[in-house]
Parts: sequence; structure tokens; C-alpha cells
Amino acid sequence: MSHQRLINRKPSRALAAFLGALPFLMLFFVYQWGSDLRRQENPKDKLLPAFTEIGTAMNELALQPSARTGEYLFWQDTGSSLRRLSIGMGVAAALGLVLGLAIGALPLVGAPLSPLVTAISLIPPMAILPILFILFGLDELSKIMLIVIGVAPILIRDLCQRTKELPREQLVKAQTLGANSWQVIVRVLLPQITPRLLDAVRLSLGTAWLFLIAAEAIASSDGLGYRIFLVRRYMAMDVILPYVAWITLLAFCTDWLLLKLNQRLYPWYYANR
Amino acid sequence: MSLEKPLIHFRRVGKEYGSTVVLENINTRVKAGEFVTLVGTSGCGKSTFLKMLLGTEQPSSGSALFDGQPLAQEPGPDRGIVFQKYSVFPHLSVRDNVLVGLEFARSPWLGRLFGGARQTALAEVDHWLEAVGLTRASHQYPHELSGGMQQRLAIAQALIKRPRVLLLDEPFGALDPGIRKDMHQLLLKLWQEYQLTVFMVTHDLTEGFYLGTRLWVFDKTRHDTQAPERFGSTITFDLPLEKTGRSDLVAVESSLDESRRLAPAA
Ligand SMILES: Nc1ncnc2c1ncn2[C@@H]1O[C@H](COP(=O)(O)OP(=O)(O)O)[C@@H](O)[C@H]1O
Ligand SMILES: [Mg+2]
Repeated sequence: MSHQRLINRKPSRALAAFLGALPFLMLFFVYQWGSDLRRQENPKDKLLPAFTEIGTAMNELALQPSARTGEYLFWQDTGSSLRRLSIGMGVAAALGLVLGLAIGALPLVGAPLSPLVTAISLIPPMAILPILFILFGLDELSKIMLIVIGVAPILIRDLCQRTKELPREQLVKAQTLGANSWQVIVRVLLPQITPRLLDAVRLSLGTAWLFLIAAEAIASSDGLGYRIFLVRRYMAMDVILPYVAWITLLAFCTDWLLLKLNQRLYPWYYANR
Repeated sequence: MSLEKPLIHFRRVGKEYGSTVVLENINTRVKAGEFVTLVGTSGCGKSTFLKMLLGTEQPSSGSALFDGQPLAQEPGPDRGIVFQKYSVFPHLSVRDNVLVGLEFARSPWLGRLFGGARQTALAEVDHWLEAVGLTRASHQYPHELSGGMQQRLAIAQALIKRPRVLLLDEPFGALDPGIRKDMHQLLLKLWQEYQLTVFMVTHDLTEGFYLGTRLWVFDKTRHDTQAPERFGSTITFDLPLEKTGRSDLVAVESSLDESRRLAPAA
């Protein structure tokens, strides 16, 4: 037996992996058990479909072309959602980088823009979704705009903060090396802010998914959010549950990929932390 | 009065932050080639003095001339700086950290050199890396360097601009004693070889006596126990070190102890 305090006792790698997988396994079995239980009472139960039913439903959506359009709906939904998400996040990230850097680095830009960005970031984006539909129509643009409006202010404020947090000594040092304002921005600030941008994007991806699914639920003809809200009418849990799991998996993979990309591109950023 | 024009000439210079007087009545001249070490209790205004030379702070009163002109309102390439930390750019390799000073001057828009221009500049960079003993580390990043090597890099960075003065704010304060000795030798060698004018803040009195040609002690001459912010520090000792002896060190030490005793407990 170990005499260490609890706070000093760490699981081995194998044990940690097992402990990490355990809750998922338990969830899996609890679900199966609950599903069996309900179906013994009512074979037509829709709330907790068996895995075989989920498999059948997903086979139809992912591997069979739709009878009506000839498309593979699941992949079409995934493609549409990911396209909206990446365009929206791309625009938001570009705005965040340019404006965050400008506001953080140049007091004369910050003075007029900083209060405005703060005010915009306080508007609940869902409250202006109708305005977006009126302005940009019910097509792709309004969905992408919702993501941009929901995420860009967070990114701008965060990157402005990160810019201001860089040691002042570096700005002074650059000036003593003869840098002008532009050179300080492109050679000292920008390269150090980019990994922080990737961090901020990772953190705001959850928010972006929220706005994407909300917009798709309200006005769309495809997309992961659209499908979930469409089949809700038939209580088709055999579609909703795998879609939710799929969205979660996509979110996890994006986050992981961005982390690996950041570590690969900017090893110095991870050095002292 | 000497015929040689002083590089730095302060007359009745004072510095206040609001109602807090940090420095008062600073009168001094410094010629090119001097190595001035600045000592004094913590918070007495040594860094503030350096910041006025650097251009990140402006004097509140008096006249401060640099080469006959009023001190610049912002940092510039004629005044190099080494801080205790954060002096080097973490996202650039050792070589690029030094190269960037040349790139700023030679490439106004991109701040980057390519091809032949870059090769020419790199030859210069390598000269300075050799001068500070970093040749073998030239492709490493700052986080891979020891504290002493980072400070060597910061010095090379500053020197490639050939500044009129080199400002050092407790540059070796975070280093081990052994490493610090090496840095002393390096700094003295560079000072002689390139005829630098150096201002160096240190909290180590022995270091100040050993390195400088001239030692300044910053201290208050007047104390108000009720309102310590009423009076600022000034240069209470200005010792030409070539002629000085052990008795001066003892005198300065006891005077600093005295003012530490008078200062309100932090
Ligand atoms: N920006 C500032 N605003 C107000 N007070 C300051 C500022 N900068 C420095 N001070 C004060 O000036 C005094 C001298 O500071 P500093 O020059 O850093 O001391 P030293 O380098 O000798 O330890 C300190 O009491 C500090 O609190
Ligand atoms: Mg200081």
C-alpha cells in the first residue's frame, strides 16, 4: 500500500486509459439495458432505439441514395454544415486577427473601436437572427453571418487582450532595433498572436456549432441541425442520437487537429507552459 | 569645464508620477565611452532614470540633453536596451533575433530580407553571435537557451545596431553567480572592443564597483516619514572608479543600509 496523500497519487498510463474509457462503456451498457427494458414492455418504443435500429436508419441515410433527390443525405448534411462552419469561422478568425491586433496594438484604433466591439459582443446573436434573415435572405449568407456575428466579437476581444498581454519589453526592444509601427505589428506581434488565435478558435468552436445548428433548425433545407429538427416531428431518436454523436465527434476532431497544427507550427509557443 | 561635449547632460531633472516624486534634482554629464553603474535601494528610481534615457518615460522637469538635443520621446536605434527578461523574441531563432535589427532598417515594408541581401546581413549577424559566444546556438530558439545565453543574445541584438549608448537594467540579476562572472568578462570585453557607452543598473554593489568606470548611488537626501512620496531620489554619490578604493565601497554600503532603515517597511 502506498503512504502517499491522495493528491499525490497518480494513475499509471494503462490505468488512466482504462478509467477514461470506463464512463463511456458504462453509458453504452446502461443505454442498452434501458433500451431492452423499454422494448420488452413496448416493442415499438421510439425513445431508446436499439443499436440495430440506429444502424438501419444510418445505413439508409449514409449509404443509400435518397429516393427523392438521389443524394446521400448524411454526407450532404455533413458537407453543408462543415462548409457553413468553416466559412463562418474563417471570416470570424480573420476579423478577430486583424481587428484584435489593430485595437490591441494601436491606441488610436482602439479608442473608437474598442467600445463598439464590446457593445456588439453583448448583443445576443439569436435576438438579431430575424434581422439577418430579413437582410441576407434565408440562404447560406444569413447562416454564415450568424456564426460570424456570434463568434467574431469574442475573438476580437480575446486577441486584443492577448496582444496587450505580450511583454511591453518586446515592443520597446523592437523600437530600439529601429522598427516602425508596421514592422512591430508584422514581425513582433502578428507571429506571436497567430498561435493564440488558433487557441481562441478552438475555444469558440462550441459557440459556432450552437449558432450553426440554431440557424439550420430555423431556415434550411439541409445540414446536420436541419436534419435533427426535421426528424424530431417523427420522434426519430434513431436518427437524432447518431447525429448528435457525429457532431460531437466532428467537434472533437476539429479541436484535436487545431491543437496538433498549433503544436506543429509554433513549438516555441508551447515551450514555457 | 571640459572641452569635450558630454553625450548626456542632465540639469535639474526631476520625475514625478502624480504626487509621487521619484527623482529630483538630477545634475550630471556623461561622456562617450564611460561605463556608469547605477545602484540604490529597490524602488529608488534607477529604472525610471534608465527609462528616461530610453525614451519610454519623459522628465517632468529640468533639461535632459542627449548629444546636445532634448531626449527623444520614444525608443530608437541609437539607444540599445537589455532588460532582466523578455528582451528577446521567443518566436525567432537566435540568428533571426539578431538579424531582425538589420531587417527593420533595410526592409521598411516586409521587415524581411531575402537572397543576397539576407546573406550579406547574416554575415554581420554571425560576427556578433561570435562576439557574444553564441555561434553554436545560432539555430536554436530562446526557450532552448539558458538564462545567461538569452542575455548574451539580447546583448548581440542590441549591439548590431551600434547604439550610441547601451542601457542594461539588472541584466544579470536572475543569473547564477558563476554565469554572472562570465557575463562580466564578456561585457567588459565588448565595452573595450567597441568603445561602448554603458549605463547599467545593478542591485549588486560589488558588481557595480567591479564593472563601472563611474558609480552612481541613487538615494533620497530628504525623508518625510509621514509622506515618503514627497521627496525623490537623486545621485548622492558619483564615484570615479579608477581612483577609488575599498573605503568607498564601505561608505556606500553603510549609506545604503541607513536609507533602507529609514525607508518605510514594505
Ligand atoms: N508608471 C508609474 N506610475 C507610478 N509610479 C511609478 C511608475 N513607475 C514607477 N513608479 C514608482 O517609481 C518608483 C521607482 O521605480 P523604479 O524606477 O522602477 O525603481 P528601481 O528600478 O530603482 O527599483 C517606485 O516607487 C515605483 O513604484
Ligand atoms: Mg528597477
